Amino acid sequence: MTAAAEGSIAYRKARQNAKPLLQSEAARGFALVSPTLAFAVVMLLVPILVVIAHSFWTQNYLTVDYTFTLEQYRIALTEPIYRDLLLRSLFISFSVSVLTVLLAYPIAYYISFHGGRHKNLWLFLITIPFWTSYLLRVMSWKVILGYNGVLNSGLLGLGIIDEPSTALLYNSSAVIITLTHAWAAFAILPIFVSLEKVDRTLIEAATDLGDGPIRSFLRVTLPLSMTGVISALLIVMIPTVGDYVTPKLVGGKDGVMISNAIQAQFGKALNWPLGAALSVSTMLVVSAMAAASVLLLRLLVRRAR
Amino acid sequence: MKRLLDRWLPAYAALYIVFLYLPVLLLPIFSINTSAVPKFPLSGFTFKWYEELPRTTALLDAAWNSFIVGIAASLLATILGICAARAITRYRFPGRRPINGLIMAPLILPEIIVAVSMLLVLQRMGLGLTLFTVVLGHVLICIPYSVTVLTSGFEGFDRSLEEASADLGETAWGTFRRVTLPMMAPAIISSLLVSFTISLDDFIMAFFLAGTETTLPIYIWGQLRFAAKLPSVLALGTLLLVGSFILLTIAETLRRRAERRTHLTGVAVA
Amino acid sequence: MPDRSMIEIRNVTRSYGTFKALDDANLAIREGEFFSLLGPSGCGKTTLLRMIAGFDTPTSGSILIDGQPMDGIPANRRPTNMVFQSYAIFPHLNVEQNVAYGLKRMRLDAAEEKRRVDEALAMVSLAGLGKRGATELSGGQRQRVALARALVMRPKVLLLDEPLSALDKKLREQMQVELRRLQQAVGITFILVTHDQYEALAMSDRIAVMFGGKIAQVAAPKEIYQRPVNRQVADFLGGMNFIKAEIVDDAGTSIVVDTLGFGRVKTDKPAAYVKNGSAATIGIRPERLRVLWDDATARHEVAGTVVERHYFGEITHLIVEVPGMDRPLSVTETNDFGADDLPLGATIRLGYDPDALVAMAD
Repeated sequence: MTAAAEGSIAYRKARQNAKPLLQSEAARGFALVSPTLAFAVVMLLVPILVVIAHSFWTQNYLTVDYTFTLEQYRIALTEPIYRDLLLRSLFISFSVSVLTVLLAYPIAYYISFHGGRHKNLWLFLITIPFWTSYLLRVMSWKVILGYNGVLNSGLLGLGIIDEPSTALLYNSSAVIITLTHAWAAFAILPIFVSLEKVDRTLIEAATDLGDGPIRSFLRVTLPLSMTGVISALLIVMIPTVGDYVTPKLVGGKDGVMISNAIQAQFGKALNWPLGAALSVSTMLVVSAMAAASVLLLRLLVRRAR
Repeated sequence: MKRLLDRWLPAYAALYIVFLYLPVLLLPIFSINTSAVPKFPLSGFTFKWYEELPRTTALLDAAWNSFIVGIAASLLATILGICAARAITRYRFPGRRPINGLIMAPLILPEIIVAVSMLLVLQRMGLGLTLFTVVLGHVLICIPYSVTVLTSGFEGFDRSLEEASADLGETAWGTFRRVTLPMMAPAIISSLLVSFTISLDDFIMAFFLAGTETTLPIYIWGQLRFAAKLPSVLALGTLLLVGSFILLTIAETLRRRAERRTHLTGVAVA
Repeated sequence: MPDRSMIEIRNVTRSYGTFKALDDANLAIREGEFFSLLGPSGCGKTTLLRMIAGFDTPTSGSILIDGQPMDGIPANRRPTNMVFQSYAIFPHLNVEQNVAYGLKRMRLDAAEEKRRVDEALAMVSLAGLGKRGATELSGGQRQRVALARALVMRPKVLLLDEPLSALDKKLREQMQVELRRLQQAVGITFILVTHDQYEALAMSDRIAVMFGGKIAQVAAPKEIYQRPVNRQVADFLGGMNFIKAEIVDDAGTSIVVDTLGFGRVKTDKPAAYVKNGSAATIGIRPERLRVLWDDATARHEVAGTVVERHYFGEITHLIVEVPGMDRPLSVTETNDFGADDLPLGATIRLGYDPDALVAMAD
């Protein structure tokens, strides 16, 4: 017994009272997350609450009047300029998200089902453009779509058109194209992840039970990848509604969005309450639209089954 | 149908990649073109737009500012990301989901709304707008990415490795230093690089929170108003593109190494 | 070796809310013993092992190691070391660094540390593989590294959490022999958690069989197998024919019962036997019933009809209906005399030793 009796670990007296302060699992987890949580509360939650508070106040040059009022919301939702901007922003973000998801699904499907050993390489390839400067990507589209741009000179060179088209740039479609490009990776990744989780034997089972490729896709693959489609839709729809750079650079007069108005209220116009009300309205309306889209999508998929 | 898919899907994928890369590849092409107007056919080859860059003081200042902000933001975001990712993967505690939701929220909120909210509060607190406020903003938007990268690094982590360390006589701190940290190093470096890249590229937060200071994207934004400056902006953009590409390739390689490592510990159990 | 207790488990309960993972367990494990905790998953065996290691804390009761109470002593200050189910080999360190991991804290001089690492690696037949990366090891090698890493600490108790479950059958059987040999060489107390009854029977000095957080029986392998205290233990350890019986006489350590099919039997009473009125259950293992060929006879016989026959290579499993019994008997017979050729419907005689009959609680 000599080897064991050597007792490599020294005994210490049992310290009955020295139970660690943070013994419980929950307390330890909470303590660990608290710095990050505190930062998010101070820098995100509180500011958003402050914005909401501001939206119920009024401002006269530099003095803020703290009486509760819905006046800012009346302006934000009924004044034609803001209402039109909001509607256009919604239209653009809806189009962009639907378009992005439609274009992204086949790619995600291709990578997941036919990517083979190169899945990771494909994903990397798709995320690279997303990591290049956002400003410059938007700028590139301006170069492509402009009067003297790549597309026009290309079409001229091919003899398809006689003179450069002005219809390409400075309108909503230019904004939609640019945003669809910018958010591609955000749509592909969640759809890819959900497709990866689809058990391949389920598709074989559907085929075995007599479904053709289209039916097995509609009845098995699509419903099972729906979580990915929904998160892709949301992750594109909500942020794009507030995009600032794209409308400013390629939108022209017809492509101005609500963010440009919000920026103006916090900048030159210096009307924080109105800016706040515009922000809150935008968030509420886009959330409602997102929720409606998700419901509609779920309904459609249930139909397909 | 299946034949059709087999034939068209690869073609579609190739076309999609072209769509993704076309705007990105135009930058380097026009940055070495002699003409100040970016259009085809190209007029001639030159490096003059690049040569101009180091002589522009405003650009150098902006680049230095971006560098400082990027370092500070990536460090802070990664430290806070480690806390959150570890708490969320390792412990069960009440409110875990809503807390996770709040931390990840900047990923899905329109950035401009996050930025003006911060602006409003900072202004009301009487805090001047400096590079420090930009760092705060960047940390906020980097944390979700940092948490995502770190969570994928932490998730496969076999808890019994830490128990084994304790079992072999190591203290909690020693276990962290000798087991947890080295195991997590690739994910941590990857998080640093990703956060740095985001900070370097971010325009909106800097636009609202920088006050009179400039960062690279703000400098570029200013230059975009002048058509004549476009080629040098494209040259700058090309350099940034190459820089980001290198950083992200390193980040991705490290992330995969971390993944392979954590997966291998699980082999015996599987 | 004296019967000194190395581990004492005193009234230990571990509850999670209302669920009791371990319910008032009492156990003494002797110094130098190879002890197994055997039971189905969720029986509390791993919980008990983790409480000995210090990864879990009893809700009530106390654990003593080598006479010292372990309350409040964390895992890193206990004289125990563990071989984890997943082996928990540090993937960022090589074999040598893994084995030396715990030694580093002792601040031995370099030569001494190297000597101990080499010694430990030699002990588990991994000499020369010290520089191999942790991720380049096979399952069996990983298990050996885990063993060396724990043994190099010279613990008073080595804890093994299902160490063989990840290995394939052949390697598992080989490691059973090696582990037993190793334990006898180093003389350290080994506590093995397993759900594999053959593993426990083959390796242990003593076994504790656990069900639902309670320790059902603690005994040597042969005793556990041949004299299980109740039907649950009997069932878990292997096949058993249960025969209804009526107690005729209950005197001291043995009882006399009347059985269906086996007549009047006098049998030993297991230590923890619980009497349940005048009804009793008698058990006999299938291999303790032998087919009597031709005119062979036995002092004790029972006759029946073969109704099912299942072939298993070296043995055949027969289901035999015996007149007067409420259910058929299972019989395991080696194939050297042609049990695999017995036709269904054949009438056979089965011989048995009355010692093979054991009374048990339901």
